[in-house]
Amino acid sequence: METVTGSRRATVTLPTDEQILITREFDAPKHLVYKAWTTPELVKRWWSAKRGEVTIAEIDLRVGGKWRYVMIASEGFEVGFHGEYREIVPEERLVSTEVYEGMPEGEALDTLTLTESDGRTTLTLLVEHSSKEHRDAHINSGMEDGLQDALDLLEQVAVSLR
Amino acid sequence: MARAATTADAFNAVAEPRRRAILDALAGGERPVNDLVRVLGIAQPQVSKHLRVLREVGAVDVRDEGRQRLYRLNGPALKPIHDWVKSYERTWSARFDEMDAVLEELKQKEQGDGDGDR
Repeated sequence: METVTGSRRATVTLPTDEQILITREFDAPKHLVYKAWTTPELVKRWWSAKRGEVTIAEIDLRVGGKWRYVMIASEGFEVGFHGEYREIVPEERLVSTEVYEGMPEGEALDTLTLTESDGRTTLTLLVEHSSKEHRDAHINSGMEDGLQDALDLLEQVAVSLR
Repeated sequence: MARAATTADAFNAVAEPRRRAILDALAGGERPVNDLVRVLGIAQPQVSKHLRVLREVGAVDVRDEGRQRLYRLNGPALKPIHDWVKSYERTWSARFDEMDAVLEELKQKEQGDGDGDR
């Protein structure tokens, strides 16, 4: 079957002050998306986002098991993330903690959800931080409060940016 | 990390609820300051203070028309915030694009395993 590519963009929203929600549709059944998400050799191929090389992808896929990803960015610096699996429903739902090793005091709870329809899979990744402060730092340090509101506003005015 | 003074960038300018309310109001079009006073329900000196901060970062522009001062939104000044979320989105988009390639392989492998004549 031919794959039609083009409009499958990831969307990022901030549903509450503590959350980041990432959504993307894939032209593949959910068991394969789950496989790509949870198999170390496959994670190594996509997690770097073309910005470097994933040197470590450890996945101990059981409740209480640990995961750790490390990437060496093209610019030379190293970034690491790790966490622990909290809830596993194979091919459907994966809940884990996530710690950015550059800021170890900020632990997030990640919930991956996969839903399939007509052989296509919608992936949602909900990243929940303990505070807005940690959430904002997760994506960019030095951010002041009010980011969600800023983004809500931005949606309204986005048209004037074009 | 060195940072600009508290209200000197767009992020900080929109971090204050009243200022966002002003921007919300201006998103609908140009308005005189009296309109903003009415919409926000706060005293004019407060509104003027917030407008000054917003003007400093270029988030709003002002012009005089007759006896009125008209304020309007200047979208491009808010672009850093737009860029911030876009950069996060780009990271995930790039990851997912790579996943597409992985998934395509997995699909072909599965089909190959499923029926040998493909």
